[in-house]
Parts: sequence; structure tokens; C-alpha cells
Amino acid sequence: MTLATLRQGESATLQRLELPEAFAHRLMQLGFIPGVRVEAAHQAPGGDPRVYRVDGSEIALRQETARRLYCTPV
Amino acid sequence: MSALPQLVQIAPVKPGPHAVAMVGSPNAGKSTLFNALTGLRQKVANYPGVTVESHVGRVRFDGGKEVSLIDLPGIYALDPSSEDERVTHDVLTGKMPHIATPDAILLIIDATNLARNLSLAAPILSLRLPTLIVLNMADELLERGGQVDVPRLEAELGVPVALTTATTGEGLDKVRAFLEKRAPAAAAEARPSWPELPVLQDVPQCRRWAAKMGERAGYRAPAPPLWTRRLDRVFLHPVWGALIFLAVTLFVFQSIFTWAEPGMEAIQRVIDWSGGLIEASLPPSAFRSMVIEGIWGGVGAVVVFLPQILMLFLFIGLLEDSGYLARAALIADRTMASVGLQGKSFIPLLSAHACAVPAILATRTIENRRDRIATILIAPLMTCSARLPLYTLVIGAFIPEYQVLGPIGTRAFALIGLYALSFLAAIVTAKALKSSVLKSEASPFVLEMPPYRWPTWRSVGYRLYDRAMAFLKRAGTVILVMTVVFWFLAHIPLRDGQSVPIEESVAGQIGHAVEPAIAPLGFNWRIGVGIVACMFGAREMVVSTLATIYVTDQDENSAALRGRLRQDLTLGGAWALLVFFAFAMQCVSTVAVVRRETGGWRWPIIQFAYMTLLAYFGALATNIIVTRFFA
Repeated sequence: MTLATLRQGESATLQRLELPEAFAHRLMQLGFIPGVRVEAAHQAPGGDPRVYRVDGSEIALRQETARRLYCTPV
Repeated sequence: MSALPQLVQIAPVKPGPHAVAMVGSPNAGKSTLFNALTGLRQKVANYPGVTVESHVGRVRFDGGKEVSLIDLPGIYALDPSSEDERVTHDVLTGKMPHIATPDAILLIIDATNLARNLSLAAPILSLRLPTLIVLNMADELLERGGQVDVPRLEAELGVPVALTTATTGEGLDKVRAFLEKRAPAAAAEARPSWPELPVLQDVPQCRRWAAKMGERAGYRAPAPPLWTRRLDRVFLHPVWGALIFLAVTLFVFQSIFTWAEPGMEAIQRVIDWSGGLIEASLPPSAFRSMVIEGIWGGVGAVVVFLPQILMLFLFIGLLEDSGYLARAALIADRTMASVGLQGKSFIPLLSAHACAVPAILATRTIENRRDRIATILIAPLMTCSARLPLYTLVIGAFIPEYQVLGPIGTRAFALIGLYALSFLAAIVTAKALKSSVLKSEASPFVLEMPPYRWPTWRSVGYRLYDRAMAFLKRAGTVILVMTVVFWFLAHIPLRDGQSVPIEESVAGQIGHAVEPAIAPLGFNWRIGVGIVACMFGAREMVVSTLATIYVTDQDENSAALRGRLRQDLTLGGAWALLVFFAFAMQCVSTVAVVRRETGGWRWPIIQFAYMTLLAYFGALATNIIVTRFFA
């Protein structure tokens, strides 16, 4: 499963980021480090992008990015 | 974070021998702290060859001592991959040409999320410069039940730590004391004992290190911001969220036109009144005519827009400081993505309806360089308020007013049509750019949602002051010079000590020279003079220029000027003129700001050429169609 499949209010443990190196690095600096717990929060009208709660802050990602962030249920 | 910095370029500032750099993540309250420390003693510094800029301010102490403070862009790390971070790195390590290495660093960290934000301390402390770590937003941390033991954190990190609330000024004494030690003739302090640092390239390791430091300092994270979550339930609601977004957009749009009106009228009255005073106090001469027609008329036509610019920045400031701007970008993202742009392009494009210059500066929040350039390239196509006087004049002269739909008449429809035309051109251009030269990979759109906060008047006020000064500076330099030059061109050569009729003046000759090129658009040499004046000055100049040429009074509602235009232009030519102004890039300030923001002449030249061609062929097509079917 990926972050994109989470429903609002659901949490999961991030496993890996299948993204280009520089972008993955940026996301990790924002808290998306494998092993971290991520909660899906609000979304823009239409469902994309969506806000994720990670490491004490709220970060919005597009679906196309969230689909590349693989996770497992908590 | 200073997302909307100043308009005017100032030569790179060399900080004095005692400079302190401010570093921190976006949303940590860096700008607020900077303003609280420096007051209005600040200016913008640009670094050669890069589009990043920073503010430099002075902090004064008793006995005339002072330190210069450099506010660097907001960053999450010190990677060379992002331009902001590379510049910060180069400034801090003394690799930036012509800039001395700072003597010390203030590292600003959002105390409400210490564990994550302290990761930035690792690369900063590795520089081995005297550092003060400022844990800002202490009020929020404590209100929401968090805590941190400052002396223990100091012991762990080996550097001093201050707990502050920049918005109220609490805790700033310690920051000022740290800065004062950098000032000349201050006592030397004990050398810090540097902590053991993690491997900087290893993000998880840095994060674990930061967590360990926080833990040892007894850091307790605050409870989640309840109000933010409550508000987001409304502002990001699938239905209400979208409606509120539309309402906010319309409100800002409406207010910059309606509410700024009394202010603009008041300024116009002051200009007319003071112009009258000067006219009465000077004997009739060429000099008087230059002062009244050239300086007062030309600069006044620009200064009149000040209330509108301030109104726009008041709203953008309130939206940004309250945290709603990030939500607006989130909501707008999907729609903007359909033309290849992204959510952060929305505010610049909205601002461009007042003026393209602040809009282009507002694109700095867009990290993706291609998205940013695409936004910069289409921003001047939006209907800025400087086009309105000409629209009002031509529509008033050529379109008879009768009601079409309730209170909306034909003239309002014509005006709405021009807005729609510009918007359509911008969208088509964006789509074309993003599917060709500026095509980018699945755009890494990442946006942090800050908690909602009450904006402070101080913070918004500083920004308004900054904007107002920059705008007036522009009117007092570029526009002033251009209007005076144009006035001279319209009055030379002299014959028997008298200026020749406008037709024989240099300006008139330029108009005649371009006439063959613009005749197919339905324009004669007089319109040519107006177009040339705008190309090398600003659109604001067109009405006063036409008034000079037709020798009538300078007012877009002037019946005499409308009458002369009606005699001089066909219906096709009039519509072509509107279309030409909708598309042409007739604003030196915009060209200058695009050059600065894109770091060279390439993009402004492409943009100028593109918009001029679009304007030319758009006007040509309009003239042919209108003449054929409607005249």
C-alpha cells in the first residue's frame, strides 16, 4: 500500500520512497523518513493534493507523489 | 520567511566587519525576529548571479556600537541542490564573492517542533562559527503544554540557546546581548565546546541526533494545534473550503478596485491641487510646462496606484501571516496543474491583476524553477490596473452605453471581455510553455501547512512600509526619467526659441517612422507615439501622452480627449488598440524585475518579443475582423 491509498484519519508506517534521489532527500528532511508514522489528514476539494501529518508537522503532497511512498499498516 | 520582498534592486551590500547571519527553516518566524531586531534600518541585498536575495539590517547598541544582521532565505537543510540552500551555504562559508564571512550565526528554530527542526543545527554547528540558537514561538509551545530545559539544551549543544517570542519581543534581550558581543570593543567570550555531530548527508542519522538532543533537554512536544485542526475542517472542507476560497479571491479582487478608489481619488486631488499651485507660482515658460505636464502628470499617473498596491499587499500579508495562503495554494493546485502550473502560482497570478511587479516577486515561494519561470512569463498578461485608464478611455469613446443584463451595461461587458481575453492568453501560453521548453518532471509539489496564527499589525505594517517605499522609489526614478525624456522629445527641436508643433517634434517623427508598421492595425502616427512611449516607460503614461498629442486635458474621462480619439480612429482601430494593450509588455519595471528574478536577459527578451508579436498580430486580426463585420 501507499500513502495515496490511506483514507482521511488513517495512519501507516512509511517503508520506502520510490522517488528521484533529490526529491526523496527533500521529503526526508521534511520528516518522511522510513519507519515514521504518517497520518492522512485533510485534502483539497477534489481529493488532490492531500495533507499528511508527519513528524509534528503537516505537509501537503500530490497524489502522484503519495503513490510513490510505500507504507504498511501500523 | 520573506516571500514578498522589496521591489527595487540595490547593489550588493557588503556587510561591515561585524556581520551576523540569520538562518532558519521557513515559518520559524525569522522575518518577524529580523524586523523586531532591526526596525526599519534595513535594505535588500542581492547576490551576483543568483536570484536569491536577503535583507540586511543594522542593530544598534548603547555607545554607538552596531552589528549588521543578514536575513538569509528560509531553508530546511544545507544541500547544494536547492538554490536557496546553496546561497546560504556559500554566504556562511565565505564562498560568496564580495561578501565577507559572517562573524556569527543566529539559528532560528520553531520551538513547537524542536525535534524535527533541530536537524538543521547539525550542518550549522559544523561550520564552527559562534552560534546562538533561537527557539522561537515560545508562547505557542507553552500554551499548548510543551516544555524545554534551555540550560540543559545549551549544555548538550555547547552553544547558547535563547527562548523567544518574536511577535511580542519576549526573550529578545538574550539575542541582543549575543549580538552586542559581536560589536567592536566588546569583551571576548568563552569558546564554545562543540558537540559531536552526526554525518550530515545522512538524513535519518541527523534526525535521530536532533531527537536525542531534544530528549536530553527534557523537550516535551506541545499538543497538536486544536484550533488549526478545527479551522481546517472548515477551510479544507470539500464544499465549504471551495466556496470560502472563491469568496476570499473575489473579496481581494473586489477590494483592490472598490476600496482603493477613495484613496486613489484623494491622491489624484492632491496631485491636481499641488500641480495647480506650482502652475500659479511659476511664470509661463517651457520649464513650467515640463514640471506640470512632464513630472506632475507622468509621475502622478503612477503614484495614483499606490493605494491599490498597498491594499493588495495588506491582504496578501494578512493571508500569509494567518496561514491561509498555504491552504489557498493547496486548493488552487489541482486547477493550476491542469495548465501545467501549481498551487503556488495562484497568488502571483491574482496579484498580477493589480501589478505584475509585485506578482513576479511573489513567485519566489515557488521552488520548482520551471514552474516559477512559467508563472513569471504569463504574469504580465494579466490585466494590471495600469491598463484600466486606457480601457476606460477607448471603451468610453467607442462603445455606446446601454443595459444588457440588469445593471451590467455594454461597457462593463467590454471590460470583462478584455479581462477574459488576457486570462485566456495567459492560460494558453502557460500550457504551451509547460508542454514544450519548460516541461518539467512530475513536479515535486511539497507544501508545509503552518498552524493558523493571528497576524500582527507590526509584521504586516513592516511589509506595507517596505512595499510603499519601493513603489515610490520606482515612480521617483524610472518613471520620472522616462516622463521627462518623453516631454523633451515632444518639445524639441526648438524653432525661434519656441517648441515646434508635436507633429514635427522628435516624438512626432518617431510616430511617423513607426506609422507604416502599425497602419495595418488601424493606428496612425499619434497612436504610434503613445505606444512607443509606453514601450519604453509604462502603460500609465499613455493617457497623458495622448492628451499631450491631442492637446487636451489629461483625464481618461475627458470628453474632449474622447472626441478627438473618435475622429482619429476607426472602430476597428479602437478595438485593435485595446487588444494591443491587453497583450503588449509595455512596462520597463516589469522587464527589469523579470531580468533580476530570472538571473539574466534571456527570459525578459523572449517574453518581450513574444508579447509584442502576440499584441501585433492580435491587434491586426482584431482590426481586420471588426472592420469587415462590424464597421
